[in-house]
Order: sequence, then C-alpha cells, then structure tokens
Amino acid sequence: MRPLRQYAEPHATGVCLGLVLLACFALTGQGLGASGAFASVASGVVVAVSPETAVHSAYFRSYLQDGSPWTAWLVVEIMGVLVGAAASAALAGRTRLTFVRAVRPSGGRLFAGVGGGMLMGVGAALARGCTSGLALSGGALLSVGAWIFMVALFLAGFLVAPLVRRLWP
Amino acid sequence: MNDLLIAGGIGVAFGWALERAGLGDPPKLAGQFYLRDFTVLKVMLSAMLTAMLGVFWGGRLGMLDPGALYVPETYLLPQLVGGLVFGLGFVLSGLCPGTSCVALASGRIEGAATMLGLFAGVLLVGVAFPAIEPFYRSTPHGALTLQRLTGLPYGVVVALVTVVAVSMLAWIAKREAAR
Repeated sequence: MRPLRQYAEPHATGVCLGLVLLACFALTGQGLGASGAFASVASGVVVAVSPETAVHSAYFRSYLQDGSPWTAWLVVEIMGVLVGAAASAALAGRTRLTFVRAVRPSGGRLFAGVGGGMLMGVGAALARGCTSGLALSGGALLSVGAWIFMVALFLAGFLVAPLVRRLWP
Repeated sequence: MNDLLIAGGIGVAFGWALERAGLGDPPKLAGQFYLRDFTVLKVMLSAMLTAMLGVFWGGRLGMLDPGALYVPETYLLPQLVGGLVFGLGFVLSGLCPGTSCVALASGRIEGAATMLGLFAGVLLVGVAFPAIEPFYRSTPHGALTLQRLTGLPYGVVVALVTVVAVSMLAWIAKREAAR
C-alpha cells in the first residue's frame, strides 16, 4: 500500500478550524454541528415512511417544525463537509478507495463502526449535540453542559479503550 | 437561500479543515484513547481556544455580540449519560458524526458504516422517545455558562480556560518531545 501523504500540522489546523467556527458564530449566531443533520434526515425518512410514528415522537417533530428536514441548515452544512473533505483529500492525494482496493478494513471493524455509530447516535440525541455541535461549539461559548459532555466523552473513551484494544492494534 | 449558501460554504471549510488535520482517519482518532496520537486533543483544544478567544475579544472590540450567540442549553444528567455513551461509541468506531462524513468523503468505507449506525441510533431515540422523554428533559439548567455557574467575570473564566488548555497542549508537546 502506498503510504498516505502527511497531514497538516494539528495546532495550525485547529486554529483554522477555530476560525471557521468563529465565522459561523459571526454569520449565523450559532456554532457548527453534525449529529443534528443525521436527526433531520432520520426525521425526514420517518415522516415519509410512517407519518404516524413521527407525530407520536416529540423528537422527530422538533426536526420537522421548521420546514423541510432535507434542506435544514445542518443538512446543507454536512453536504458541504462531504464536498470540502472530498476535495481536500483528493487534492492532497489521500483518497483511499477502500470500496475497490484491497485495503478494506476487517469485517469486525466495520461491525464495530456500525455499533459505535449507533451508540454515538443515541448519546448525541440524549445530550442534544455531538463533538462538533456541543463539545466544540458549546465549549467555546463556555456552556456547562458542553463541558460535562466533553469530560464524560473522554472519560468513557479512556476507560473503555483497553477493553477494545484488539480493534486498534 | 442566502442562509443555505452560508451553510454550504461553512461546511466546505469545516470538512476541509477536518480532512487536513487527519481527522477522517479512524486508527488516528482511536490512537488518542491509547495515548499514541494526540491529534484529536491538539486540534480540538486549538480550535476551541481560537473560537473562545475570538468571541471574547470580538465582543470587547465591538465586532460581535457574545450575548446574542446561541449557547447550548445544559441538561445535566442527559448530557452526562449521553457523553459516556458517546465516548464508548467513539472508541468503537474511531470516528465521530462529523468525521464519519470526512472518512466517507476520503474514500473510507468505515465512514459509511459509522454513518449508518448514527442514523440507526437517532432513529432508535426518536421511536423510543415517548418512553425516554422524562429523562431527556430532566435536570434542566437553561443556557448555563461557566461564568454564571462560578460567578466569576467572563474575562476571568476565559483566562482560566486558556491557561488550562495551553497547559494541556504544553504537556502533550513535552511528552512527545521526550519520546
């Protein structure tokens, strides 16, 4: 396998990311996000498939009250993330097509990916945000809940990591 | 319409920065929890410091109004439990919601696996919501900030957080230099 091109210096990239967040605060009055986009799309699917389920859940309803969930601010932002990340990876020669090449991750890791995603979906829904929307954006605004979430996240991560070492040799 | 153009533009820049930092790479993200790779903490702390100081000084210089920004509301127990569950998922998948999109966009199928799981997770909460709603709405504290909690002035809290975050970054740099 061809070695991946080196990534950018993390502190400098972090400052750039902080400036993006700052621009977002200045332009929109709120921070970045990610998990909310998943919740919007899930609500859109549910209301299309089973409107009754959507009506009975205040969670889905909250994502359906401000117009179409398919063009919610966070959904469009996440589409931008896909475009920006794809462009960055392609220009840096870092795109790894694991779909076609033989560098595919093990089945176990994919399974863990789905399971981990599910847990994060539940966690982010309970906490009302994820690493971007709550920990980073809320952390920068010194929200107490954001800091509790961030500390709990890293605490659980460090505690569980030794138990799943096999996943990350 | 204008709003959505901003959303798309901010998203492109966000995705670009995450990919440049290497945060679409699951073994790299998981490496944080084994203290092998400190990229996650370095990027998060640097970004948080930049935005926090930018909001504070932007407010001082009259360029923006920190009071007008939306502060995520605090729900003590749901956010504590949510954070623990989230951290567990983070180690399992080596990605978070935003970076799962970056992973997929850089051609990693792990990104799609995690995104699939995320959909399932929020769907589960949505369907089970009538049962978990009391917990979801428990221990509300509104838009509670560290300065309101401690009674310290905004500038003092910003200074304290800066000192803690810079100390952590310095500790990481020292640890890496020693190896």
